[in-house]
Amino acid sequence: MKHTHAWSSACSFDDLLPESGVAALIDGRQIAIFRVGDAIYALDNYDPHSEANVLSRGLVGDLNGEPVVASPVYKHHFNLATGRCVEDADYSVRAWPTRVSDGKIWIKTQPLRKTSRRKLVVVGNGMAGMKVVEELLGIAGQPYDITVFGAEPVPNYNRILLSPMLAGEKRFDDIVLNPIEWYRDNGVTLHLGDPAVAIDRIRRRVRSQNGIEADYDRLLLATGSNPIVLPVPGKDLAGVVTFRDLQDVNTMLEAARTHKKAVVIGGGLLGLEAANALLKQGMQVTVVHLLETLMERQLDPVAAQLLKQSLEKRGLQFHMPAKTTAILGTDRVRGVQFADETIIEADLVVMAAGIRPNTDLARAAGLRCDRGVLVNDTMQTFDPCVYAVGECVQHRNNTYGLVAPLYEQASVCATHLSEHGVGRYRGSMLSTHLKVTGIDLFSAGDFMGGPASEALVLRDAKRGIYKRIVIEDNKVRGAVLYGDTRDGAWYCELMSEGRDVGPLRDKLIFGEAVARRQ
Amino acid sequence: MSIKTTCPYCGVGCGVIAQPDAARGTVNISGDTTHPSNFGSLCSKGSALGQTLGSDGRLLYPEINGQRVSMDAALTHVAAGFNRIIAEHGPDSVALYVSGQLLTEDYYVANKLMKGFVGTANIDTNSRLCMSSAVAGHKRAFGEDIVPACYEDLELADLIVLVGSNTAWCHPVLFQRIAQAKQQRPEMKIVVVDPRRTMTCDIADLHVPVLSGSDVWLFNGLLAYLHEHGHVANDFIANHTEGVDEALRVARESAGDMKQVAAACGLETERLLEFYRMFADHERVITAFSMGVNQSSAGTDKVNSIINCHLLTGRIGQQGAGPFSITGQPNAMGGREVGGLANMLAAHMDLENTSHRDLVQDFWRSPRMAERGGLKAVELFDAIHDGKVKAVWIMATNPVVSLPDADKVKEALRRCELVVVSDCFAGTDTNALAHVLLPAAGWGEKDGTVTNSERRISRQRAFQQLSGDARPDWWLICEVARRMGFDRSFNYDNAHEIFVEHAALSAWNNDGERAFDIGGLAKISSTEYDDLAPIQWPVPERNHPGTPRLLESGRFYRNNRRARFVPTATRAPAHKVDSEFPWVLNTGRIRDQWHTMTRTGRAPQLGAHLPEPYIDMHAQDALLSAVSDGQLARVETQWGALVARVKTSGEMPRGTIFVPIHWNSAVASDARVGALVNPVVDPVSGEPEFKHTPARVTPFPVNWHGFVLTRTPIEKLDATWWTAIRGAQFMRYEIAGRGRSPGSAWAREAFQANHPDADWVEFSDPACGIFRGALLVEERLEGCVFISPRTDLPSRTWLSNLFAKKRIGNADRASLLNGGPTSAAEDPGPLVCSCFGVGRNTLCKAIAQDGLKTPQEVGRRLKAGTNCGSCLPEIKSLIAGLAK
Repeated sequence: MKHTHAWSSACSFDDLLPESGVAALIDGRQIAIFRVGDAIYALDNYDPHSEANVLSRGLVGDLNGEPVVASPVYKHHFNLATGRCVEDADYSVRAWPTRVSDGKIWIKTQPLRKTSRRKLVVVGNGMAGMKVVEELLGIAGQPYDITVFGAEPVPNYNRILLSPMLAGEKRFDDIVLNPIEWYRDNGVTLHLGDPAVAIDRIRRRVRSQNGIEADYDRLLLATGSNPIVLPVPGKDLAGVVTFRDLQDVNTMLEAARTHKKAVVIGGGLLGLEAANALLKQGMQVTVVHLLETLMERQLDPVAAQLLKQSLEKRGLQFHMPAKTTAILGTDRVRGVQFADETIIEADLVVMAAGIRPNTDLARAAGLRCDRGVLVNDTMQTFDPCVYAVGECVQHRNNTYGLVAPLYEQASVCATHLSEHGVGRYRGSMLSTHLKVTGIDLFSAGDFMGGPASEALVLRDAKRGIYKRIVIEDNKVRGAVLYGDTRDGAWYCELMSEGRDVGPLRDKLIFGEAVARRQ
Repeated sequence: MSIKTTCPYCGVGCGVIAQPDAARGTVNISGDTTHPSNFGSLCSKGSALGQTLGSDGRLLYPEINGQRVSMDAALTHVAAGFNRIIAEHGPDSVALYVSGQLLTEDYYVANKLMKGFVGTANIDTNSRLCMSSAVAGHKRAFGEDIVPACYEDLELADLIVLVGSNTAWCHPVLFQRIAQAKQQRPEMKIVVVDPRRTMTCDIADLHVPVLSGSDVWLFNGLLAYLHEHGHVANDFIANHTEGVDEALRVARESAGDMKQVAAACGLETERLLEFYRMFADHERVITAFSMGVNQSSAGTDKVNSIINCHLLTGRIGQQGAGPFSITGQPNAMGGREVGGLANMLAAHMDLENTSHRDLVQDFWRSPRMAERGGLKAVELFDAIHDGKVKAVWIMATNPVVSLPDADKVKEALRRCELVVVSDCFAGTDTNALAHVLLPAAGWGEKDGTVTNSERRISRQRAFQQLSGDARPDWWLICEVARRMGFDRSFNYDNAHEIFVEHAALSAWNNDGERAFDIGGLAKISSTEYDDLAPIQWPVPERNHPGTPRLLESGRFYRNNRRARFVPTATRAPAHKVDSEFPWVLNTGRIRDQWHTMTRTGRAPQLGAHLPEPYIDMHAQDALLSAVSDGQLARVETQWGALVARVKTSGEMPRGTIFVPIHWNSAVASDARVGALVNPVVDPVSGEPEFKHTPARVTPFPVNWHGFVLTRTPIEKLDATWWTAIRGAQFMRYEIAGRGRSPGSAWAREAFQANHPDADWVEFSDPACGIFRGALLVEERLEGCVFISPRTDLPSRTWLSNLFAKKRIGNADRASLLNGGPTSAAEDPGPLVCSCFGVGRNTLCKAIAQDGLKTPQEVGRRLKAGTNCGSCLPEIKSLIAGLAK
C-alpha cells in the first residue's frame, strides 16, 4: 500500500524533550508536536479559544488517564490523541496521525485516498453511537467511511429531553442533536427507520430490515436498551405505553389530549419525569411503585420522602408499595389492578419500570453477552472488529443508563477506532439529576454507605433542603442533595478524584465556596 | 434631664453623667468632664452602666422563706429575730456583713446601730477582703488611716511603682491618666511589680516579676539599699519619725544581701538592682499598690515595708511622692471613714480607745457601746459556722462567692439561725441561703456620698424611681433599728440628715487630733448637699476647698505626732506549695467584669471580652499538668475545686496560675474561685491571702464541647460543665459534657422545637460527634447550638450578630450552620474594644490593610480604644504582632 506521500518527516525523535511540545510548519500548516514518554502526538498549533498559535507551548499532562495539553492562554485541555477539548467539545482541534521510524518523527497531514478508506458501520442512531461518530469526525485523518442504521425514523436527538418535551416545555426541534444535513455534510451514510437485523461476522457485513447490506472493517454496536414491559395480563392493551422514544411521547401526548387518568408504573427517575410531565399536560396522575421509597437507586429514604411530599404538593398521587398484577380493559385500558386487589382507574398506563440492555443483535451474532454486550476497557467486544457503547453494554459488570458514562465510553471508543488507542474506560461514577422543573435533586455514588462509612447530614425542612454526604476513609463516596444541588458537580469531582477531604470535613456540606475559603 | 453621679465600680470614683431617655426607657451614660477624678473618661464597665439598669433580675419584693411578704412584715421579722437572739445570746451573737458598695450614709447608720445600740462590733465589710491591710499599715505608720497622695501625684511623679496592681484592667481610668502623663513626659518612668506580666506592663519601663508573696523581701531590700547608698532624708527622719534603726536592722537582717533578695523574690539580681537604682534616683516617687499587696497573710507588713521606703527618703506628703493605696471598691474609703470595719469605731476613731468610745457614745447618746473589736470577715463566718453568731444581715455583697473557703461560708449560712440578705439583685448565690430577702435600691436609685481612693467625697445621685418595694440601704437599716427599739436615734428622713450627722461627728472634739475632719460640711443644707461638688477631705471649715495632700507638714497622727518605721520581718505565705499542690493560685479581676458579676454580668457589651472562667498558666506548667490551651481543667486546692478553661496567655510566670474572681453559680457550673482560696488571714488586718493558695491543675476530661445562643434563656442545661453569658439579644451558654454528645433530640428539646412544623435546621456528622442546629421563628434566629468533640467551634461573634437581624436572609441562613459568613470580612472576631464593639478580626484587617502603626491611627480608623482606652494595650500588642 502506497501512502508515503501522505507522511511528512517533521524532525528527529531526539529533537524532542520528553513531556513537552514543539511547533513545526508542515505543508504550510502549524502543527504542535508533543512527546509524552516515547509516544508522539500531533495537534493543530492553533488554540481556538485564544485564536493564537500557541498549543505547542502548553503544559503536557494527564487528565483521568488521558494525555492532554493545557493551552497556555486560557488553560483549556486538549486530548492529545483526539484533539477534543476536555472542557468544551465545540472547540476541539484537529489531531494528526504520527509515527516514528528511523529515529524520525512522521506526521500525516493529508487524508488517505478515498479508495483506501476503511468502513465503519454504526448500529444505532442514538446518543452513544452518534457521540462516537462526532468524536471520530473531530479527529483529522480519521480512516473511516461511516454508515449508520437507525431504527427510529428521525435523526439523532437528545433522549434525556423527552421528559421536558412530554411536559410541553420543549419541542422536538429543540432536542435534535444532529439534523439530517449534518450526516450529509460529514459524509455519513444514514439509514433511518431501518434497524439492523443481522450481523455476519465472518463476512463483516450487516443487514438491515429493509435488506440493505453494509460491509464493515469495524462495527460499532450502539443498540441502547429496551424498556421493561411488565408481564401482566393486559400489557398489550391500547393506552399502555413505555417511555423510551419519540413515538412513546407522541402516544402519551395524544392520550393526554383525549383522556384524563394516567397511571405511571415505576417510581424511578423516568417514571417520575413522565408522571410530572403528564400532570403538566393536565392529566390526573398516580405513580405506582413497587417499593416504599421513590428512586431507591438514587435517593436515601429521607430525600425520597421530601421528593414525594414535593410531588404530592404539585398534585401527583402515589400508590406504594404496590405490585401490579393486571392491566384491566377490553379494547383500551381502563384500570390497573394490584396484588392487594385494589384497582386504580386509568385510561393511560405508562410502564417506566426500568430498562434492559438491547443485546438481541449481538447475541444472534454470537458476541459474548451477559446482561449487556460484554466490552473491555477499550469498548471492544469479544470480536476485535466489533465495538459497543451505550446502554447496551456491560462493562466491568456494570450497565449504565445515564448519559455521562455513555459519553465517556464514546470518547474512549473513538480514540481506539481512530487507532490512536490510548484511552481507557474504567467505569463511571454515577450521578443523577432529576429533570423535574422546580425540584433540585442530585445523587451520586454510594449515597447509602456501608458499615464503614460515615454520613454528614444537613436538613432545612422549611426550605426543603436536605444534603447527605457519605464519607469513607476520609473520601467522599456518595452524595444526595435535595433542594440545593449547586455543589453536586464538586462532590462528584471530589469523589472521582478520591481526594482526602479530612481537612474540609467541617465545611464540606456547606459547599465548595465555603470549603475553598479555608 | 442629666444627673451627675459617680460610678459604682472601682475605687477610682469616676464622675458619671446619667441622662435617662424616658421615651426609649434607656439611660445614656457618659463621663463627667467636670469631675476631677476622671475628667470625662470612663472605662468599659462604666460606659456600659446603662445596660445594667433594667428591672429584670432585680430583687423587687421582700421575702421570708421564699414567700413574698410586705416590707413591714419583713422588717418586723428581722428586728424581732435580731432582738430575740440578742436577748437569748447577747449582742455578740448577731452580726452585719456589709459592703464597699454601700454609700457612706448607709454605712454610717449600720455602724451606728451595731456599735452604739446593739453594742457589738460584729460589723465587718467586704472591704476587709480588699484593703484592710492598707488601713492597718496606715494606722501603724501614721496613727490614722491616711492616704496622703492624690491622683494628680500620679501625673506629677517622675517614677511610679505599681505594686500588685493590674491598673490597666482594674483601675483603667487611672491607668489612662498615667499613660497620658507618660506620653507627655516620656522621661517619667514606670515600674510594675507583679508576678504576672499583665496588660499594665504595656507602659512599664521595667517589669519586676516577683514571686508571689515576696514583696516584703523586695522592699526590705530596697530600704537597706537606699540606706546603704545614702538616700536618706536625715532631717525628716529625725524630726518626724521614729524606729528607723530597728526597721533597718530587721530589713538588713532579712534582705541585706542583694543576691539573697533576688533569690527570695525570684528575680535576676540585675533586674532587682535596676529597680532599686530607679527608686533611688527619683525624688518624686509614687508607690501605688492594690490587692497584690493587701491580699496576703503578710499584707500589713507589705504595706509598711513600702511606707518605710518613703519615710526613709522623706518622699511622703510631697507633690508627686508618697505611698498610695488604690482601693478596689467605690466606697471602701467611705466605709473606713464611718468605721465600717469591725476593729474601727467611727470617724477614724478607735474602738479600743476609751476616750474615743466615750466621745462617740456621747455624740450618739447611745445606750451601750461595743468595747472591743468585732469579728473580721473570715472569723465572722467561722463564728457563724460554729454557731457563735446566730443571726447575720448581709448587705450588698455575695460572700458565698467572694470569701475564701467559700464552700465553708455556704455551709455556715446553711447552719445559721437567721440569715437576712439585702441586695438589689435576685438570684445571687448568697440570696439562695437567705431566710429573709430585702430589696435594696440599685445604682441609679440611691442617693448619698462615696469616697474614692484619693479621699474625694462625691455625691451619688438618684436618677431613677425606686423599683418595686426596693428601698435605700440606710432606710432598711433605720427601719429595722426603729423596730428594734432605737426609734429616736434612727429617725432620719433622708441621706442628707445622716451625712451632716456623720460630718459633725468627724469634727466632734477633734481640734486637729484626727485627720479625718469634714466638719466644714456638717452644717450644709439639703440643697448644698444635693449640689455638693467633689471634695477631698479634710474639710475642717465651712467653704474649705478640700485637701489634695496630707502629711505635707510632716505632722503625723500618732500620739507623739511622729510616723513610725514598722520593722517588717519577712514571712513566707502561710501555705507552701508541695508536690501535691505544686502551683500558686493567684486570683484577681478582669477588665470587663466586676466582683461576682451580679451587675456587669447583665451588660452584653461586657460579657464578650473574656466570656468564660479561665485558668491562666505558663505553657510549660500546663504541659506538666497535662492540660493545654483551650481545654477544660480542674483546679483543686485543699479547700475546694473548680473547672475552667485553660489559657496560656504568656502573662504568667512559671509556678503561678491565675483564676478570675468573678464567676458564680448563677453563671457557671463550677467556677467559684473563692471556694479554693485558703482561709488564711493577715494577723493584723485580718485580710485573707487571696493571692497565694497552693493548687494543682488536672485535666477535666469531656467528650464534647459546644455552645448555645438563644433568645429564650434555658432553665436547665443538661451539660457537665457550663457558663452563661449575657448577649445583646440572647443568652450564650458555653457547654461541655461527658458521655454521648448531644444531637438532634437534645437540641430540639432544649429549644422546645419538637413541633414538626418548627423551622429547624440542622447539620450532623455523628461519626465525628458534630452536631449543629438552629431554630428560626418567622425567619428570625431564635437560637442555635454547636457541638463538637473539639474546642475549635465556630466564631460566636458572627452568629451573635445574626441575632440583631429581624430576618435572616437566604445567604445567612445558608451559612448559619457553617457558623461563618459567606465572606470572611463579615466576622469581626472576638471582642477587643467593648465600648465600640470592635473585634479582633476587624482590627487585624484594618491594621494590615491600611498599614496602621499606632493605636491612635487605629482609633481614628475604627474608633476602637478611643473611649475608655482599656483595650489600648491589646490593640498595641495586635499591631506589634502583625508587624512581626
